[in-house]
Amino acid sequence: MSLATAADGAAPQQNWLDRIGAGHVILAVALLLYPLVASDFFLTQIAGYSMIFGVLALSLMLLAGYGGMLSLAQITVAGIAAYAVAILGSNTSNVLGFGWPWWIVVPFAVAAAAVTSALIGWISVRTEGIYTLMITLAIATATFYFAQQNYAIFNGHSGYAGIHAPVFWGIDWRDPKPFYFLCLGLAMLSYAAVLYSSRSTFGMTLQAIRDNPRRMRALGYHVTAHKVFAWFLAGILAGLAGVLLVWFNGRVSPGTIGVDVAIDILIIAVIGGLRHPIGPFVGAIVVILMQTFAIDIVGAERFNTLIGLVFLAIVFVSPDGILGLWGRIKPHLAQGSLRAGP
Amino acid sequence: MTENLAANRLQSSGAYALELDGVARHFGALVALSGIDMRIAAGERRAVLGSNGAGKTTLFNAVTGDFLPTAGRIRFFGEDITDLPPHERIRRGLRRTYQISQLFKGLSVLDSIFLACRGVSRRRFSLLRPADDDVNMVQARSILEAVHLEAHRDALVATLSHGQQRQLEIALALAGAPRFILFDEPAAGLSPTERRDLVAILNALPKHIGFIIIEHDLDVALRVADYVSMMHNGHLFKEGTPQEIEADPEVQQIYLGGKHG
Repeated sequence: MSLATAADGAAPQQNWLDRIGAGHVILAVALLLYPLVASDFFLTQIAGYSMIFGVLALSLMLLAGYGGMLSLAQITVAGIAAYAVAILGSNTSNVLGFGWPWWIVVPFAVAAAAVTSALIGWISVRTEGIYTLMITLAIATATFYFAQQNYAIFNGHSGYAGIHAPVFWGIDWRDPKPFYFLCLGLAMLSYAAVLYSSRSTFGMTLQAIRDNPRRMRALGYHVTAHKVFAWFLAGILAGLAGVLLVWFNGRVSPGTIGVDVAIDILIIAVIGGLRHPIGPFVGAIVVILMQTFAIDIVGAERFNTLIGLVFLAIVFVSPDGILGLWGRIKPHLAQGSLRAGP
Repeated sequence: MTENLAANRLQSSGAYALELDGVARHFGALVALSGIDMRIAAGERRAVLGSNGAGKTTLFNAVTGDFLPTAGRIRFFGEDITDLPPHERIRRGLRRTYQISQLFKGLSVLDSIFLACRGVSRRRFSLLRPADDDVNMVQARSILEAVHLEAHRDALVATLSHGQQRQLEIALALAGAPRFILFDEPAAGLSPTERRDLVAILNALPKHIGFIIIEHDLDVALRVADYVSMMHNGHLFKEGTPQEIEADPEVQQIYLGGKHG
């Protein structure tokens, strides 16, 4: 064994560029330089918003792509964090609002989201496939109506307004550039964490459970515990996105956690592709761009039709979303450049 | 040779890997197993032969705990495991392979074996990637060699040939210090070359690991087993060395005759 270890140690170290990947470095530099050319609108309404929904869809991709569990409750989990920020921090709705500083509020909000998510997971892991989707849809719908009718905690239909992003180091983090970097930081960290842990012991375990739960049980794994832990981790991502979402909007109401939003997140994840953690972000940019500009192209009454058609087209052409499309185009591009070569 | 084996089997009473006393299993009115008595010494390699529906896989399910027997007791290295859940039996060193490969299509070969090694250890919830010198990784690489899959280390399981998937199926059973393995038709669907490879893999297993192999291919079974049990309609009807079984007229009539005739 010591021989094997020595031989491994002698293997040449991969350099950092190979390990991170040239594509990732180029993308990171481009995203860091983006504020130099982008307007405030494109910084926050397009890029920031896309990254928040990208992280939300990423939490779904973690469950669905690696764990084989489809969820419509990701926005519900994010909503728990958003409501927690409003209740524990300050708001102008004159209901609750403990006025705690942001650095206490955020961990509490994210923890509440993660525990809620684990609970939803614990309820739904008994089911599979379409039934998981239905049970999470039921939970999302029930939470929506509960929030709408409960005034003691959720302040009913109007929810909470006047929630401010923190101001520290002399920076108001809701200003366009700081907020963009805040979103970019969360998006990059979440993406890197999911990509890294997909090859961790837990990540591999989750994928193995997706592929063959019976064999995993026979190998001595506690299948349910691993699934619930995946929900907990997805809840952390969704919770963090929920915090940024409430800082972005400055308010949270039952409309924030409506079923239409839950479906948007599913569409984002499916359009982008569930095979790789970059998929949700690609999907988020496409959907947010469409939601923003479809009105200009086809008018306010028909913009959802256009989004629906694009969704159908992508799913029809490539069940793996845009990532799958790219996977099929790439070999042809490589061949083309070979032919074009000397 | 024959006498020696028989003598060993008598002497090692108390050091049996597996003891079955009157094990039976009914599915409603169907009697899948009835009154199975079996003693398998530690390190012994036993073949169980019999036609389809003879109760061989049901016997495995009773031993692993996948289905509890309707009657009878099962002892593993002296300990009564009849009522233990499957994972407790795994912790005690009992392993099985499946007649139809039960693998993880989306994982690489090495990662699959690594998970099998990690399954019986702690640290299963780690969010860190396993290091190359991780103890379970080192084990996984040596099992990879034992089943002749080094060349396919990083291949996705879904891209393996049927024969390679059968080899991986064996690899998963070798993970985590097994003491006794139940092989359920490991040669099913293999080509003659792959069968030879399989026989080599089984014969190269560490001597302390005993096993039962269910096999339709008499040639494979007789080349890896010390002793043979014949099953028919849910009960054992004959035991003997490979030579005795091959030569037995009754066996030839019922099993071989039936098969070839």
